[in-house]
Amino acid sequence: MITGNYKTRYQDDESIWNNWAKRWGFALSIVFLVVFPFVADNYMLLLAGQIAIFIIAVAGLNVLVGYTGLMSLGHGAFFAIGAYTAVAIHHEWPGTFPLITLVVSILVAAAFGVLFGLPALRVKGLYLAVATLSANFIVLFFIREHWFEEWTGGVRGTETPNAVFFGVELVSQQAKYFMIAPIMVIMLLFAQNLFRTRFGRALIAIRDKDYSAEIMGISLYSYKLKSFAISAGYCGAAGCLWAYFFPAILPEDFGLNMSITLLVCLVAGGMGRTLGPIFGTMLILLVPEMLKVIVSMVTDGDAMAQRYFSPMRDIVFGLMIIGFLIFEPMGLVNIWDRFWRFLSRWPFAK
Amino acid sequence: MLTVKDAELSFGGIKALDQVSFEARSGEITAIIGPNGAGKTSLFNIISGFYRPQRGQILFDNTDITRMRADKRANLGIARTFQNLALFRGMTVLDNIKLGGHIRLRSGFWTSGWFYGSAQREELALRAQIERDVIDFLELDHIRNAPVAILPYGLQKRVELGRALAMQPNVLLLDEPVAGMNREETEDMARFILDIQERWGTTILLVEHDMGMVMDLANQVVVLNFGRQIASGSADSVQHNPAVIEAYLGTKATQEASLQAS
Repeated sequence: MITGNYKTRYQDDESIWNNWAKRWGFALSIVFLVVFPFVADNYMLLLAGQIAIFIIAVAGLNVLVGYTGLMSLGHGAFFAIGAYTAVAIHHEWPGTFPLITLVVSILVAAAFGVLFGLPALRVKGLYLAVATLSANFIVLFFIREHWFEEWTGGVRGTETPNAVFFGVELVSQQAKYFMIAPIMVIMLLFAQNLFRTRFGRALIAIRDKDYSAEIMGISLYSYKLKSFAISAGYCGAAGCLWAYFFPAILPEDFGLNMSITLLVCLVAGGMGRTLGPIFGTMLILLVPEMLKVIVSMVTDGDAMAQRYFSPMRDIVFGLMIIGFLIFEPMGLVNIWDRFWRFLSRWPFAK
Repeated sequence: MLTVKDAELSFGGIKALDQVSFEARSGEITAIIGPNGAGKTSLFNIISGFYRPQRGQILFDNTDITRMRADKRANLGIARTFQNLALFRGMTVLDNIKLGGHIRLRSGFWTSGWFYGSAQREELALRAQIERDVIDFLELDHIRNAPVAILPYGLQKRVELGRALAMQPNVLLLDEPVAGMNREETEDMARFILDIQERWGTTILLVEHDMGMVMDLANQVVVLNFGRQIASGSADSVQHNPAVIEAYLGTKATQEASLQAS
């Protein structure tokens, strides 16, 4: 039974970590993030970097889909815009300070977010999903176009720069991890704060009952567009870090496929919760890797067996997602909540 | 305080409102009654800005707000509750009520996201004010952290009233505040409405089918039937108005016919 959650000031009641479990949980995850790169090998660091970047993007998608209740299938495009903006900046001004690149990428992606968010002022739900779908194709079309080839590398893709902090180039996986992880933590905290204050509450209100929100004095137009901007900005940040993290990028890395992966991560994790993107991304990106390990263990390097087992991976993964939608439609955070509910009442009730 | 002048609203060929005119005097309770489909909620919708009347005016303190956007009207202090609950179902009671304070807070997304300085001060001040003026006042303290979706209907209605109160409104529109409630809950709600009027001098517009409550509370009653205003005045005068009796009970001829039939 968790007790002793007694407070005498509103400030304590309003804080993010309003009980010991949350405080310790946060402290432990920070310790984990710091210790991890020293014990992990390069392969694990590669995965970790990828996951951290995806978490930022999914947290951005969560702002729009989870909190504002607007559907989007176009966020891969904003990811691409962030990545290519970073590349273009370094093409024009090599050695730009990485945080400046990051901020510019966010702003450019946010601007595109507003542009592609304009249909949201008129349509909702599935119709909006279809309208945002176009973002993938339009953005990738221009990236492939030869007029911009100098900056984007066109269809053949382009090499990407490494981040340089005060003359130190971040080359190793470990060094890059130490750039990405703090940015992820800060952006997650920002999102968490946003949704316990005026601005975020207004977005949730729009999701839950839009006409009622309007009566409260919330301008639907401006808040919906701002939500698009923030969420695209997060994806832009993820794209920028992606460009720094990988040695090269291709237009095919982004687009519809990525948009859907982001959405799947969000749904698997749980929409409208801060922890949702974290859980969901870890699950969706780690399970295929685990299946790879399992397959290689089962087949034991036998090429013939591998040919039959490899497609199984996708089937198992697909079945897992279907299972999730049926048995845990609220996502992994729901399991997490149940666990804590159980613990806080144990041994009195289930 | 709030004046409706010759308002006319039609959907296609159907006249939802036709030449409705009345004034809700400052600090008084004005009840709007009428049979189902008389246009009461449509009247509320043009006052709160969801519909624009084709003709006529809505004046708030002598300024014309007929064409003003719905969200701008909140700044004038026009609050409302809905006939079918329109709470934010994914939030707790406290968060729902905090949304009423939206227009009074200033922090944008940047200060909100960092939760420093002004944003934090504002939030805590809002919390203290809400606890004092809304949660204590409406006796919601035991459920402040409960998600609204799990609350019984009567309490949800009360939370919705709380959310409107948190806007510190000058004019409060209550659309059937006691519909579907038992007698105790109705009496509680009536007491709250009178307390609001007394404590803050709020001008209240009330749509309600519970005639006992309307006649007890209202300083002025406006009666609509088929979108047309058929009577207005004190509760007493309206009760004895033949047009009102006809609208509610039918004409003498139909009464006799139905008596004979039974």
